[in-house]
Amino acid sequence: MTAKYSAVLVGAYEHPGRHLPDTSHAQIHAEVALGAVADAGLTLADVDGYFCSGDAPGFGGLTMANYMGLKLSYLDTTEMGGSSYVAHVGHAAAAIAAGKCKVALITLGGKPRTGPAWSRPKNAPEYPFEDIYGLTTPGGYALAAQRHMAEFGTTSEQLAAIKVAASKHAKHNPNAFLPKEVTVEEVLESPMVSDPLHRLDCCVVTDGGGALVLVHKDVAKDLKRQSVSILGHGETIKHTGSGNLDLTFTGARWSGPRAFEEAGIKHADINYASIYDSFTITVLETIEDLGFCEKGKGGEWVLDGALEAPFGKLPFNTDGGGLCNNHPTNRGGITKVIEAMRQLRGEANAPVQVPDCEIALVHGTGGSIGNRMGSATLILGRESA
Amino acid sequence: MTETTLPNPVPPITPDTTEFWEATKRGELLLQRCTSCQSVIWYPRMMCPECSGTSLEWFTGSGKGEIYSWTKTRKGLGDYAKAGPFILAYVQLEEGPKVMTNIVDWTDEDLVIGKPVEVAFTPTEDGTALPRFRPAK
Repeated sequence: MTAKYSAVLVGAYEHPGRHLPDTSHAQIHAEVALGAVADAGLTLADVDGYFCSGDAPGFGGLTMANYMGLKLSYLDTTEMGGSSYVAHVGHAAAAIAAGKCKVALITLGGKPRTGPAWSRPKNAPEYPFEDIYGLTTPGGYALAAQRHMAEFGTTSEQLAAIKVAASKHAKHNPNAFLPKEVTVEEVLESPMVSDPLHRLDCCVVTDGGGALVLVHKDVAKDLKRQSVSILGHGETIKHTGSGNLDLTFTGARWSGPRAFEEAGIKHADINYASIYDSFTITVLETIEDLGFCEKGKGGEWVLDGALEAPFGKLPFNTDGGGLCNNHPTNRGGITKVIEAMRQLRGEANAPVQVPDCEIALVHGTGGSIGNRMGSATLILGRESA
Repeated sequence: MTETTLPNPVPPITPDTTEFWEATKRGELLLQRCTSCQSVIWYPRMMCPECSGTSLEWFTGSGKGEIYSWTKTRKGLGDYAKAGPFILAYVQLEEGPKVMTNIVDWTDEDLVIGKPVEVAFTPTEDGTALPRFRPAK
């Protein structure tokens, strides 16, 4: 197959830290930026396009470009919550195709574990009609889970199976925040946070970050590192409209088909999937909406090790994902792209490396499936794909 | 029922919503209808998110609806940090829109999707009131 994009991913770096009380917010962004350009065989002096989102300190792109001394011809600070960084890959590829830049850097970094907690913006017009009632992040997702259970008969055991698969992967990751394998029973016995979600249905809260580098194919030719092709990209938002929301599906219903159409591939072609996993219900609704199974059947579909690497139907989140590995800045979308790149380069942890991994899907979710959300899907290919 | 003390935060009021909050002082739940496409919209604003029309009329809603989804939040944040377990819910109003709210005066048997509820205003310090919902009598 031929990639439609002239850009390729050539660099990735995930911060190994999960607890960084002595590192500044800006330092984390800069450390991951240096890591990713080094991985690509480049330096920050080569970067002419920069992409960051609402997690960047101060004035975001302005602040961090100044801190790192970037000389830019292109800047994009798209804010779609945790889906931003997956969308950024599509935006950077488009910018490179349009000749706006040749070397694009994307960074995410933060310290919600040891720094101040994020608080909801009170000037949002929805604030007095949602947040004022004590909306929490788990609460929003719990509303979706409760409705999904009521409409489709989804069970807590089925949601727990998603956590179990992630934990089986995390035990091979020396950096994982929760490296211990857990059982369905342990998930169900963990304290209830917001019915029907237990503590182990929720992602971890960690410090850390990650960065990516995309370049024009002409630049990649001179680099020694294996590159990853961008085969398809789709993005959208889903919101409450006029109050007519449906909590049983996500924006992946729209972003997924766009990415598949661009890539010109079928579901059976996907060897590995990075699925945003802020909560177990996020994964369940997403795999339904991406079309891996029929709507409402996700619960049954995730049983019997479907998500487990390397031999499940759809090996997912082989780094342990947000549920077990990390969720830096409370919005870990970039780590989804990084693990997909590891899989396509054959560099995932050995027991969870999918053999002959040629095509990977990445999906990012931002905001909350309980009210308004960003949604971005990427389909990536091994260099030869 | 577990003991819950819900806070009553004062809502930030904007020109979009002055009329709405004034009505809560009288115990009325105002809704907006678009005079172009007839959509009933939520939350209040200056334009219709369905057709972009800017001619909206206020009317008094019935205050009746049913539970669309609910969750018992065990640990609140901010104003809700000291509340006991409380119920966050979406209620689908008789007029159509689904609104985020709290269910009050509940027992576990009331926490069922589809259960009829009715509005119950709880006053705030500035004289406005938050529309919450209780099981219908």
